[in-house]
Amino acid sequence: MAEQPKEQLRTAPSSDRRRLLRTGMGAGVAAFAVAASGRARADDPSPPADPDWSQSLGPGIGDRVYGNPSHFEKDVIRRNVPWLTANAESSISFTPLQYQQGIITPSSVFFERYHAGRPTVDPAQHRLMVHGMVDRPLLFTMDDIKRFPSESRIHFIECPANGGMEWRAPQLNSLQYTHGMIGCAEWTGVKLSTIFAQTGLKPGAKWVLAEGADGAHMARSIPLDKMLDDVLLVYAQNGEALRPEQGYPVRLVVPGWQGNVNIKWIRRLQIGDEPWYTREETSKYTELMADGKARGFTWPIYAKSVITFPCPEMPAKGPGIYEIRGLAWSGLGKVKQVDVSLDGGINWTTARLHGPILPKALTKFTMEWRWDGSPALLQSRAMDETGFVQPTLTELRAVRGTNAIYNNNSIQTWQVKPDGSVFNVQLA
Amino acid sequence: MSSWRKLAVAAIAAACIPAALGFAADKGPLRLGTTPTAAQVEGWAIAVRPDGQGLPAGSGSVKDGDELYANVCASCHGTFGEGVGRYPRIAGEGKLTGDRPEQTVQTYWPYATTLFDYINRAMPFPSPHVLPPDQVYAVTAYVLNLNSLVDDDFVADRNTLPKVKMPNREGFNWIDPRPDTHDAACMSNCRPAADVKVSQTAEGKTLTPRTTGPLDTAMPQ
Repeated sequence: MAEQPKEQLRTAPSSDRRRLLRTGMGAGVAAFAVAASGRARADDPSPPADPDWSQSLGPGIGDRVYGNPSHFEKDVIRRNVPWLTANAESSISFTPLQYQQGIITPSSVFFERYHAGRPTVDPAQHRLMVHGMVDRPLLFTMDDIKRFPSESRIHFIECPANGGMEWRAPQLNSLQYTHGMIGCAEWTGVKLSTIFAQTGLKPGAKWVLAEGADGAHMARSIPLDKMLDDVLLVYAQNGEALRPEQGYPVRLVVPGWQGNVNIKWIRRLQIGDEPWYTREETSKYTELMADGKARGFTWPIYAKSVITFPCPEMPAKGPGIYEIRGLAWSGLGKVKQVDVSLDGGINWTTARLHGPILPKALTKFTMEWRWDGSPALLQSRAMDETGFVQPTLTELRAVRGTNAIYNNNSIQTWQVKPDGSVFNVQLA
Repeated sequence: MSSWRKLAVAAIAAACIPAALGFAADKGPLRLGTTPTAAQVEGWAIAVRPDGQGLPAGSGSVKDGDELYANVCASCHGTFGEGVGRYPRIAGEGKLTGDRPEQTVQTYWPYATTLFDYINRAMPFPSPHVLPPDQVYAVTAYVLNLNSLVDDDFVADRNTLPKVKMPNREGFNWIDPRPDTHDAACMSNCRPAADVKVSQTAEGKTLTPRTTGPLDTAMPQ
């Protein structure tokens, strides 16, 4: 074998490796095992110049027909807070934002919210009915929907309960659990205005009931103006078919508005002249104020931001240079500016925004941080193109009390201790 | 006026001009989709409005609902609607203010029709859409009675439900009052340093599930 002389130059080649050379191309699985067992120890003062994975043939194509992340990234998963809900079928999981680099959330870890579990919808049998105050009620197959002129846009979807556990006090010491009810993706589908052009709309039409094919027939009333403005009937996410978690085969994306109106597994659109006041827009997803009155139909997500590094899961490792990283978003348009404070909001520095800066999408910001190891209180504050400035929690509480649950878009404070550990705190 | 409201107004204006509704007006209809039959629309259109629009024929009494509720609903919502474990409490008195507001059908729900709509569309939770209209009416009547909102001899149907007086009918503001906070972005010396203190922390609390390794299944639901 031509490689043999080169092999002899190396000290102590493993018997596994010799066997591998003998068995040749059929040993893809064995090669993988060698690479895994041959990892350099973290405390090795001098990592090998040519580690095992450089001395072996890796697996060939065909063993990963639908890819997965490196197995070293096994911590990067959706997680949930068991005590939040009575069961797993009407519950929520959280996006691991502490690992998200850039503005696109991988479809595999995009947060889930189910009201009656995740239905398995057969696209061949699925239908979308559009009826009510229309000239021509229509029933569409998935083939019909995909034949319409298409539109692709990048938008975030955030559950309005994101941060809802934090109104009274900091409870969860984790970025994933305080801010992970959000994700951002490229969505492809049909503009609702295109669909309604087919059905026509009767005079006086003002509201649309959107209803899912899940066991809860999850339903929300949405103003027709919004539907005609920018709402999409979506069948693809990040270049592939929607995931079942996200509403396969078809869902609504209602840009900038609270997650639950982005009806998944959508089966029906009814046009009317009044809202329906479903359970999800009366008993749930309404905000109880301190005086006992409630706010309803509070759809848009107002400007919000959070520092994703450092955070409780991603502490600092001793004094030195760091890049503070974070995400900002607004349901009213583009993020215009993000300011970062190192001292709990006394002084602020404008962070660098990274493109693309898109309306109703996550926007990345960074700021250089030369940390001397002294205690710090890190905050970020977003401003959007309407001039709206992200408030403090103290301000929100003064106006809304602590029973609102939803629409907590307050400034997050991360306390950095001298050892680099990070905690979720609230300031006086 | 916020930007989405401006956009909404623009959209309304656009909607008044038929040609603005889409390209179809120029090039003719796309002829995608089929016309649903009356039976299909009837079978799918389950939504009920506060004025009663959408309520089906049929009826159910409090008495009819008693046994049904015990068999189908009480395992999660409790014999008296008090809620079992973390399942929602649905009945009873209480205040909507203070540290533990009590949001029940009696104290919070603005419309009795919503109760029919929700039971019909989503309940019973593990096996929805098994109750025929008469049984949905009966359970609705029973839950309203548990909440002291109707008498023992109440019969729910498409005429009686929209007329049930709900105590919190006027308890909602349906017009979004935001922005309801300041719009100032102070950049320096925004507050005295002595005022900046950590008042509360998540450190040391045992509420956070594991954040590394496999999913935390040790924490009780």
